[in-house]
Amino acid sequence: MPHILVATLDDEPGVLNRVVSLIRRRAFNIQALTVGPAEAPGTSRMTLVVESDEGGAKRVAAHLEKLLNVLKVELLTEKPSVVRYLALLRISAPVAIRSQVLLVGSAFRAQVVDVADDSVVLECSGSAEKLAALAEALRPYGLLELSRTGALAMARGAAPALVPKGRAEETYPPLAMSV
Amino acid sequence: MKRTGAQILWEGLLREGVEVVFGYPGGAILPAYDALLDFPIRHVLVRHEQGACHMADGYARASGRVGVVIATSGPGATNLVTGLANAMMDSVPLVAITGQVGSRLLGSDAFQEVDVTGVTLPVTKHNYLVTRAADLAPVLREAFAVARSGRPGPVLVDLTKDAQQAEAEVDWDAAPPPTRHLRHGPPPFADGDLRKALDLIGAAERPLILAGHGIELSGAGRAVLAFAEGTGTPFATTLLGIGAVPARHPLNLGMMGMHGEAWVNQAIQEADLLLAFGMRFDDRVTGNLATYARNARKLHVDIDAAELGKNVSVDLGLQGDLRAFLEAIQPRLETRDHGPWLQRIHELKGDAAVRDIQSLPDDGHLYAAHVLHDLWTITGGEATVVTDVGQHQMWEAQYYRHDRSRSLITSGGLGTMGFALPAALGAKVATPDSEVWVVAGDGGFQMTSCELMTLVQEGLKVNIAVINNGYLGMVRQWQEFFYERRYSATPLLSPDFVKLAEAYGLKALRASTRNEARDAIRAAREHPGPCLIDFRVEQEDSVFPMVPAGAALDAMIRRPFPPTIAASVLAETGADSSST
Repeated sequence: MPHILVATLDDEPGVLNRVVSLIRRRAFNIQALTVGPAEAPGTSRMTLVVESDEGGAKRVAAHLEKLLNVLKVELLTEKPSVVRYLALLRISAPVAIRSQVLLVGSAFRAQVVDVADDSVVLECSGSAEKLAALAEALRPYGLLELSRTGALAMARGAAPALVPKGRAEETYPPLAMSV
Repeated sequence: MKRTGAQILWEGLLREGVEVVFGYPGGAILPAYDALLDFPIRHVLVRHEQGACHMADGYARASGRVGVVIATSGPGATNLVTGLANAMMDSVPLVAITGQVGSRLLGSDAFQEVDVTGVTLPVTKHNYLVTRAADLAPVLREAFAVARSGRPGPVLVDLTKDAQQAEAEVDWDAAPPPTRHLRHGPPPFADGDLRKALDLIGAAERPLILAGHGIELSGAGRAVLAFAEGTGTPFATTLLGIGAVPARHPLNLGMMGMHGEAWVNQAIQEADLLLAFGMRFDDRVTGNLATYARNARKLHVDIDAAELGKNVSVDLGLQGDLRAFLEAIQPRLETRDHGPWLQRIHELKGDAAVRDIQSLPDDGHLYAAHVLHDLWTITGGEATVVTDVGQHQMWEAQYYRHDRSRSLITSGGLGTMGFALPAALGAKVATPDSEVWVVAGDGGFQMTSCELMTLVQEGLKVNIAVINNGYLGMVRQWQEFFYERRYSATPLLSPDFVKLAEAYGLKALRASTRNEARDAIRAAREHPGPCLIDFRVEQEDSVFPMVPAGAALDAMIRRPFPPTIAASVLAETGADSSST
C-alpha cells in the first residue's frame, strides 16, 4: 500500500538527489514527491509517497534518517493526517459548452484561473481520488493538459516539536518557540 | 591568519590526528601536493588509486583510526570507487580527498572532470563538493566526525583546484564542533526494551550469540565474553566477527554461514534464541531465509536502525551501541548454565573432526588448508592476516584461529578481489610491530600486484602467501558443483611469481610439498625484508562444508568422508559415511 513519509531536510544543493538516489538503490518505488521550503529557514520539507508494506516503509524512514542532511522523518501512515494534491487542468471550452465545463468544475470546487478563447484552466486541490474523478468528468469536453503535484501532507493534532529522535525534549525548545 | 585551501587541508588532517595518507598525485590536486611538503604527514605513493583506497581501509581496520586516501580528479577519483564501496559494505571509517577541476569549469566536461560526488553517492556515507577555501575547514571536521560516528564508513571530499589555491581565514578553535552527525544518534535504551531483552534471555534454553563485526567496532569484545560466560551462552561468529572474540574460547563455536562448520549452522537451526550482536544477517550467513532458524526468537542489537528487520524479522530489534547495551543488562543478568544445550552442540559435531582435512595423513599433495594451518601454528596465531577473496579466504577463516582483535582483515560484504596486498600494506603502516601476512589466490593477487613496488619503496616487511592453484578457485568450485564442471573462464595462467617478486626486489620462494611449505614460512619470517611464497597447491580442491546459495542453512555439502580411514571409524562410531 502507499505510505506517506514527510522528511525535513537541510536546504542545500544536491539533497533531493541524495534522497531520491537512496530510495532508488534500496529498490523502493516513489509514487509521488513534493519538495518546498519548510517552516524553519534553511530547511525544506519533502513529502514522499512510497509503495511498500509497512516494514518496508519503516525501513525507508530508517535509511532516510541515516542521511546527514535529514533532520527528521515522519511516517504519516501511522497517524491521522491531512493529505492534499493540487491539479491544474486545461479544458477545451468553446463558448457553446463553456458553462457546462464550469458547472462540472464547480461541482468539484475547482477555481477558474485562466480563460482563453476556446479553453479554460481550472485549479483544484484535494485527494488523489477526487482529482482523478475531476479529470475523468472533464475528459469528454476535451482534457487538453493535466498537471498534478505530488502529495502535501501534515499530521493532524498538536504541532510536533522539532526534536531529533532519542533526544530529551527539554534540551530542544519546541519549534514554535524557536522561530 | 590566512591560509590557502591546500594548507587548510593538511592542517585539518593533522588536527584530526592523521599521520599518514595513501595517494597518487595529478593535475587537479597539485596545489595540495605542493603544500604537503610543508606538513609532517607521511605520504605513501601507490601504483594505482584503488590500492590507495584499500591501504587506507587496511590501515583503518588494523588501527581503529580513520584511514585517509588522496587522489586527483577524473580517473584518479573513479579508481577509488571500488575501495570506497568495499569500505562502505564493511563499515570502515575512511576519508577520501579528491582534486576537482576549477569551480568555473564544473559541468563543462573539462580535462579529467568527472562528477565524483555523483559517482560516489551510493558508496559513501556522505560526500562534499568544496568550491571555496573558506568552506573547507568545517567540511573536514564534519567529514571525520561522520566517518567515525555511528556505523562507520567512507566520506569523500571533492576539492576544486581553485579552492585549494584560494586563501581564507581559519580559526579552528573558535569554530563550533560539527553536530549534524549527531542528529540521529541512537536513542538511549528504554528500560522497557531492556526488560524485554532480559525476558527473552531468561526464557531461553538454547540461546546462541551471533557475533559480528559490530563487536569490534563497538569495543564490546570483553562485554560479549562476560555475557556469554555469565549466561553460559555459546557464540558463533560471522566472517568479520572473527578475532572480535577469541577463537580459543571454549564457548566459541567458530564461523557460521556458507562455509561455516556444519554443526555451527545446525546449532543455529536448533537454537531457541538468537542474540544477533552487531551483525546484519547477510545472505552468506543465513542461507534460505524461509527456513532460517525457525525455532528461534531473535534479539538484534545494532547501531544501524536500518538493519533491524531488514533481512530477518526479529522479536526485538534495538538500535544502539552494543557495548552500552551489554553493560546496561549485565548487572541484571541471571547466571545460567546451558549444559544440555552445550552437550547437544557437542553431539552435533559428530564425525566432523574425522572428516577434517587436518586429521588426514600427508598424501604427498599440498593442500591450501594445510598451508593455512601451518601458517597459524608457525606464527603462533599472532600474525595479522590480510586475505583476498575466494577459496583461500574461507580456508583462512576456517584454519587460522584468530585470538587477537583486528588480526583478520578481509573484504567481507563486497568480496573485493585484489584487496589483500594493498590492505596488508596499510595494516603494516598502522601497526609496524605486528607480523603481517597476505594470503591471496593467484587470481586476486594479479589484480593489484603492482603494489609490490609500493611495499618495497616504503621498506615494509610484509610476507605474502600466494595460494596458487591455477584456477579462479571459488568460481571453479561453483562450476564443479552447480554447472557440471563446465570450467568457463576459470583456468588461468600466472607469471612465475618467484621471478615477479624478485623483479620487484622481494625475496621469493616456492613450495609444492608440506615440508617445503613449512620451511618456506619459517624462512620468510626470518628474512628481514618482504618475502613472497608461491604455494603450488592441489588444483581442484574445494572448500567444505558449503551451503549452496539459496539453500537452507543446514542443507550443507559436507566434507567428503576420507575413504582411507572410513572403515575403522565406521566400526567405532557407526557414523554414516554416505551422507554428504
